[in-house]
Amino acid sequence: MAKKGDWVRIHSVVLKAEERTAKLPEDTKKCDLEMWTKGFLQEDAEIGDEVTVKTAVGRLEKGTLIEVGPYYTHSYGKFVPEIIEIDKQLREIMFGGDK
Amino acid sequence: MALAKDYDSVMGRSNDIMKEALGLDYNEFESGSVAFDYEALMKATGYTLDEVAKIQSRTGVGNTPLLELRNITALARKYAKPGYGARIFAKDEAANASGSFKARRAACAVAHAKKLGYKGVIAATSGNYGAAVASQAAMQGLDCIIVQECYDSHGVGQPEIVEKARKCEAFGAEVIQLTVGPELFYTFLSVLEDTGYFNASLYSPFGIAGIETLGYEIAMQCREKLGKDPDMVVCTNAGGGMMTGTARGLLKAGCTNTQMVAASIDLTGLHMASDTQFNKKSCTTGHTGFGVPYATDPDHSDVPRSAARPLRYMDRYVTVKQGDVMYMTEALANLEGIERGPAGNTALAAAFSLAQELPEDAVIVISETEYTGAGKHIQPQLSFARDNGIDIRFGDPNKEDKPGVNIILPKDPGYIKHEEADINHFRQSLIKKSVKKAGVEVPTQEDLEFLAAETKTDVEFVKKTLGL
Repeated sequence: MAKKGDWVRIHSVVLKAEERTAKLPEDTKKCDLEMWTKGFLQEDAEIGDEVTVKTAVGRLEKGTLIEVGPYYTHSYGKFVPEIIEIDKQLREIMFGGDK
Repeated sequence: MALAKDYDSVMGRSNDIMKEALGLDYNEFESGSVAFDYEALMKATGYTLDEVAKIQSRTGVGNTPLLELRNITALARKYAKPGYGARIFAKDEAANASGSFKARRAACAVAHAKKLGYKGVIAATSGNYGAAVASQAAMQGLDCIIVQECYDSHGVGQPEIVEKARKCEAFGAEVIQLTVGPELFYTFLSVLEDTGYFNASLYSPFGIAGIETLGYEIAMQCREKLGKDPDMVVCTNAGGGMMTGTARGLLKAGCTNTQMVAASIDLTGLHMASDTQFNKKSCTTGHTGFGVPYATDPDHSDVPRSAARPLRYMDRYVTVKQGDVMYMTEALANLEGIERGPAGNTALAAAFSLAQELPEDAVIVISETEYTGAGKHIQPQLSFARDNGIDIRFGDPNKEDKPGVNIILPKDPGYIKHEEADINHFRQSLIKKSVKKAGVEVPTQEDLEFLAAETKTDVEFVKKTLGL
């Protein structure tokens, strides 16, 4: 249950696949044009409800409630062994060659 | 009565919405034929180079350091013939308020919006420009909305673009995120119409005028430090603004003999509007997917006439591979002790190879660095690529690279070799597209001269291209 005033993320479909008339590759033609934004919830609601939010600039936007207290999870990624190979190679070429 | 907000209605009002949102009537610059008055458009900003520099200095923008990359220069010389290997310098644009040169574009546009009395600014961008506009809006007390193309149809976001959204929000902006497709423009227009905000377009004359200070500073810093003008300036090329503004600034400083080189990552074969290919790219800008279409047809952006017209200024257009840029990004950290990029390092990878063509006393400047962070760094980009089934290995990038299939890291720095793109082909393409778009049967003398200026060629070249 999300309370009025909670900071939430909403999702909506701007154009359904069949409404898309722009010049698009075949794969994209099959997809809806979707949109996400965030804001303060304007009424108590459950995840999946159609709600209205007031965004950071004060705009009212409607959509499906998908997340309460949204946060970022992007990171520095997993270990990539090639990167330390590059480091080792560069140091050898620059500082290890004339020993 | 409320206006209809469906796709066709909003797109049909595009010209009126734009006029309101830019405070500029582009019709004033049109000739009615192919030509339009580009210099008049640039003058319409009403700001001199000096005034732009003053606006920027009030908001933490400009006067960034020019760093000599001594170890990278020494590395390049190991692969050059004796006496060759130009000195490589980097303009450390990451030092601007928002972490990239885009702060220069935003400073001018946002200050102008404020002067005209707009309550807020909007920009359509998945790149560093969003953070730049948001940062300037925060400083100047305006509301800000950024519209991003960020996700594929499975809701998977490109890590680099997700990071840019985070940064915009950190500056207090609203970020509207969309799935892949050019109809982003419809959402953008619709929000622009509802809010009455200023269109802080990347391609407005305010944006481009903001970059001129970058070229000017490069000239002055080279003269102060080295007693000479740069022999070559390499610009990472996507929408063409960097090349246009930097070259204009260098010319305003009197650098008429500096060779201007555009550099893009070769992403030939990947479709920019493809849902499935969206997350198969491991760089979200600085690539040919933007660079070539914007160079050959500048007027397909979010303004009626783009102020970014790179073919007016570039002497050469070179490409490098994704793996080259990843490798050089790591070299910059490991040999120079600065973490920057990755996308902005496209010019660095090209410069590493181009330096080997020039004598040791020549000076190459790469026009930018950009900030790095979670998602926007070679490790998450390579890790994301591997998760998406991209084959990452060492090899010869120029022989084995297949965008969307693999990333070939050069097996040693000697394998970082730029490739020369056919700039005359791009020039011919621009000329033909311009004439076709204008629907003109016989171009006027003014048109021919305009097209020669558009392509840094002459009337003879234009005539030959058009079979006249």
